[in-house]
Amino acid sequence: MNVSAESFTSNPFHICNICQKVIRKKEKGVRVPRPFSSGPSAFIPEEEIVEASQVDPHTEQILAEAYSPSGHVDHLTRVMGLHPHYLESFLRSQFYLLRMDGPLPLHCRHYIAIMAAARHQCSFLVSLHVREFYRMGMCLDWLKGLQYAPQRLRNLNEINKILAHRPWLITKEHIQNLVKTGEHSWSLAELVHAVVLLAHFHALASFVFGSGINPQVDTQNANGFQSVYISNYCTCDLASDHHLDRDLSSTSPGTTDSVSELEALMDRMKRLQEEREEDEASQEEMATRFEKEKKESLLVGSGDMKDEVMPTSKVSRFVEDATFGYQNFARHGEDNPPTFRAQDYSWKDHGFSLVNRLYSDIGLLLDDKFRTACDLTYYNMASHEDVDTTMLRRALFNYVHCMYGIRYDDYDYGEVNQLLERSLKVYIKTVTCYPERTTRRMYDSYWRQFRHSEKVHVNLLLMEARMQAELLYALRAITRYMT
Amino acid sequence: MHFGQRERPRGLPLLFGAMEKMSRVTTALGSSAISGRTMFCHLDAPANAISVCRDATQVVVAGRNIFKIYGLEEEQFVEKLNLRVGRKPSLNFSCADVMWHQMEENLLATAATNGAVVTWNLGKPSRNKQDQLFTEHKRTVNKVCFHPTEVYMLLSGSQDGYMKCFDLRKKESVSTFSGQSESVRDVQFSMKDYFTFAASFENGNVQLWDIRRPDRYERMFTAHTGPVFCCDWHPDDRGWLATGGRDKMVKVWDMTTNRAKEIYCVQTIASVARVKWRPERKWHLATCSMMVDHNIYVWDVRRPFIPFATFEEHKDVTTGIVWRHQHDPYFLLSGSKDSTLYQHMFKDASRPVDRANPEGLCFGLFGDLAFAAKESLISGDTNRKPYPGGDRRYPIFFFKKPDLTEQFAHVSSALSVFESSLESRCMDWFVKTARLYLLGGKPFAELCDHNAKVAKELNRPQVSTTWTMLRLMFSDPANLSTPGPNNISKLGNLPLMNSFSMKEMGTESRLDRSKGEIRQDSIHLEPGNSLINSNNDENEETEGSEGQAEYMFGDAELDDDDLYSIELENQAAEEQEYTLPQEAFPLRHEIMDNPSVPEHLQQDKADSPHASGNEAEVMCLTPTESFSLIAISQPLFSTHLPAHFFCPVVREMLSHYAEQGDVQMAVSVLIVLGDRIRKEIDDLTQEHWYMSYIDLLQRFELWNVSNEVIKLSTCSAITCLNQTSTTLHVNCSNCKRPMSNRGWICDRCHQCASVCAVCHHVVKGLFVWCQGCSHGGHLEHVMNWLKSSSHCPAGCGHLCEYT
Repeated sequence: MNVSAESFTSNPFHICNICQKVIRKKEKGVRVPRPFSSGPSAFIPEEEIVEASQVDPHTEQILAEAYSPSGHVDHLTRVMGLHPHYLESFLRSQFYLLRMDGPLPLHCRHYIAIMAAARHQCSFLVSLHVREFYRMGMCLDWLKGLQYAPQRLRNLNEINKILAHRPWLITKEHIQNLVKTGEHSWSLAELVHAVVLLAHFHALASFVFGSGINPQVDTQNANGFQSVYISNYCTCDLASDHHLDRDLSSTSPGTTDSVSELEALMDRMKRLQEEREEDEASQEEMATRFEKEKKESLLVGSGDMKDEVMPTSKVSRFVEDATFGYQNFARHGEDNPPTFRAQDYSWKDHGFSLVNRLYSDIGLLLDDKFRTACDLTYYNMASHEDVDTTMLRRALFNYVHCMYGIRYDDYDYGEVNQLLERSLKVYIKTVTCYPERTTRRMYDSYWRQFRHSEKVHVNLLLMEARMQAELLYALRAITRYMT
Repeated sequence: MHFGQRERPRGLPLLFGAMEKMSRVTTALGSSAISGRTMFCHLDAPANAISVCRDATQVVVAGRNIFKIYGLEEEQFVEKLNLRVGRKPSLNFSCADVMWHQMEENLLATAATNGAVVTWNLGKPSRNKQDQLFTEHKRTVNKVCFHPTEVYMLLSGSQDGYMKCFDLRKKESVSTFSGQSESVRDVQFSMKDYFTFAASFENGNVQLWDIRRPDRYERMFTAHTGPVFCCDWHPDDRGWLATGGRDKMVKVWDMTTNRAKEIYCVQTIASVARVKWRPERKWHLATCSMMVDHNIYVWDVRRPFIPFATFEEHKDVTTGIVWRHQHDPYFLLSGSKDSTLYQHMFKDASRPVDRANPEGLCFGLFGDLAFAAKESLISGDTNRKPYPGGDRRYPIFFFKKPDLTEQFAHVSSALSVFESSLESRCMDWFVKTARLYLLGGKPFAELCDHNAKVAKELNRPQVSTTWTMLRLMFSDPANLSTPGPNNISKLGNLPLMNSFSMKEMGTESRLDRSKGEIRQDSIHLEPGNSLINSNNDENEETEGSEGQAEYMFGDAELDDDDLYSIELENQAAEEQEYTLPQEAFPLRHEIMDNPSVPEHLQQDKADSPHASGNEAEVMCLTPTESFSLIAISQPLFSTHLPAHFFCPVVREMLSHYAEQGDVQMAVSVLIVLGDRIRKEIDDLTQEHWYMSYIDLLQRFELWNVSNEVIKLSTCSAITCLNQTSTTLHVNCSNCKRPMSNRGWICDRCHQCASVCAVCHHVVKGLFVWCQGCSHGGHLEHVMNWLKSSSHCPAGCGHLCEYT
């Protein structure tokens, strides 16, 4: 309803900034990688997904019916369905977060989901939850934008933006501000629920962009109020087209033969495995390796950030302080926030207990989800079978945490360097830190030999690692507030 | 509850002396006397673990940034040695756990967060006391444990799922034990069995191993859901193992039998990080938590519901606890994340039992009352009888046999169960009231009348009266304006006591009933108008002529009268000024309506001793168009008192009802009054009342009523209750797949799933179909069709039936 009048009259079909950019590029004759416009993902050919779901066509359907609100298998579910084992725990925890008993009212949960997804301009999730919110039939004017929402929810924006972009900045004062008694105060239980929701949807936005999930084309939504809010987004694929200028300029990593690339990776893994025993890197060495990895992560893909223009999409109405974006954890010549020691505040020991105490049972579900994501393996890599991928998975997981400044004392960050090639690091950094910039080219440029399902697996790991990192920071702040 | 002699005999010097003696005796075993007081010292950094040396004179504190040895002196801690040396200490100094050897006083072992196991030899002359370094584990080492009697044997358990046994004379581990599962959280050598150790795992299992057989565990059992953070062997009883887990439980297992048997279970309030048996006390163990809860508890496992003793000094979570001496139960040391090291004296512990309420009281589902109290309190009760089988009418008693060996556990309380009498526990009135009340759909006054009647019939006169009053207070004043002047003119300049309100019903059908009430009202006036006998007679006549028998003046209302006459003292006083009526009607009934007269009207009453209310009444009985339902002087306040004048009173009344537990009344009035009162009561209170009432209704399975209440409520938080789980999933009739977006068109086969057999349009609302031939359509269309034809509208030839 706050859709401005002129936007209706002048142009019934909105074209967002990004698309305009693309169109201009097209006019200039630049080759634009063409996304798969049909099917669930812009990155993955539809056949691949269909094929995979053919093997086990029912689970996905059954799960979606049981857990998704509309009984409808959306694109996200179909892509995630490449890993049905994970999908189950994912849907279960999401269902619990959004539908089951919890401290927050149902419509607020969806609104928080919208707020979280909007931070990453994830129109897929925003429109999904706008629809869900609409279904609730309450407080519809909140959908006009964040400024129409009650103050209490708007107060959440502060930790929303911090968690989305620089979670290490969250302190107990933030928690205090929200919880301190007053008209718009939050109870701790509500806050924990909100924090879990925020982390969940920030991370999910990473997955959506990382896997190039296509927007849900909703043909029947042609009538009524709903369409006013939902259907007049530009139907461009946000995920695949923008920022291609930067992308084109980055050096193409595809110079080496991709087959040998895979062999080399396997080799390195094997060597590391064997080296383990005699690896006697000194402690100082280990510490510097972490620092190095941390420092290097900021060189990776930190392109031209400054000229970022906020797209005036329909999503932005749910965003306040849009200029607050990602900044590197470790920055040269500045006082860096202290490294987060994973052993001092771990999910299993501390995070779980706190979360489960304030919002019962979610701990178990999240625990299950994290474990499933971390343990998921098919014992193969690309065409090779019977491979122990533990190392690789751990490297991915820990690399994400490393970018967020979380350090594991017992991990040798040299491994990250050996196992993750530069193009992959670029991809990881983009997907976790500013997922809205992910492009098809980035997705394609790493691990060329690997199957799409394996790349989705990577995305799952990145998503979970990111969610856990955010949760750890947020929960640590809450713990500090409580003590 | 009844305790025998406590260990802490406050104010009993004799016993105190005895205890001191005992403590000296026990500590004598340790070759040096232990004494001290509750004391603490600041550390530079949070501690992760602590350990004491065998002679209980020194304690080592280890953490990420601290590794120090403190001497325990009489009055204070004294820093003896800082083991964390070097300009930039490596991660090997970052300790997750530390243990002091119990045989060799110079030997320490630490578990480092980077996966190293380090031993330290305090006898070394150099500043760096590091002795051996084992870097065999790939992940963080969670626990190290020396063999209790073997000097060179060290065991470690790590995050990588392996346990390793080291011989300190060799450079490498001598054996590796694979748990074949997730991380090892704790390893403990058995105190009594030379070869046995226990390991606890993150997946909830506990394994027992024989140190000589690294190939597989001796036995395994699942002890907890979620990680088992700690375990501890009983120092004396060889079969007992205590485990603590993230599931907030401490369990004691008897390992002597074939299957590990859980013999005790203590439920704590937070995940259990450490558990340590108390020396010399068979049943006691100390626990501390990893999150949220900062206290240290000592439990008597036989009494798992309340801690035996609590130490509340720490400001952040306690990370390490250790009994200072293995034969002295009175000194406990603890390290914490708040960077302090404490020595707790047992005599300074707080005893939650002392503060606990020793009486318990609980209502049963059917109104029974159970009461448990200290035996001595009840023993005087003459009604005590043995529990007679199924009859719950009598008190029952349970006694625990006093255990003479222990002091703490002498608890005996008596439990009595009282069955409440049938009448008092009966909630029929609630159910009936809920069913019969009308909350909407009719004019306000009718609703009030109806509800008043309902309450009256259920023998709840006070509630009934309240309804009547409400009706009077809030009836639309617009209707009253016409008779007002009229009455006044007839009555001269006297203020009116009892002119009649003209209500919305001017119809004849109401006549009878109104008259009945008029009679009632006229009686009511008598105390004020006692001087006019004739009027009374007249009233009597009127009444007789009407022949109304529906109003009974039975004893049932007696109580109520008393109630009100007390409440309205003013009035009662005034009544005394007048001689009371002579007639035969009992007085109580008229008082029933008194409360509806606002108090300030009493003044008027006093001013007009010859109040001619009865005249008015007479007038009313003549066939005019004004019928009153209740003859209370409404014009009096309708002229100068707007309805909201009463809001504060009503608000108070509602709160009163709600506080009395009659939330039904509060909510019903709230709904019936609607906007008249809503703004007076804050939303939260309203919501609270609604929630309570709805909850009650649902417990009585009055679903319809509860739904009506939800519907009629104006709180958004309540109305949204009806919005939850209202989704109905349907499958497409063609392809049998679930329909996702619309109920009438299938996304997959693009067919309209439900077409009306009569009009052939899509049915978007109610769809009715024949169970015989499964054809159907719009409810209305099918109804009409079947009125004229008995065959199916689809033409299938089926003889459909619509009932």
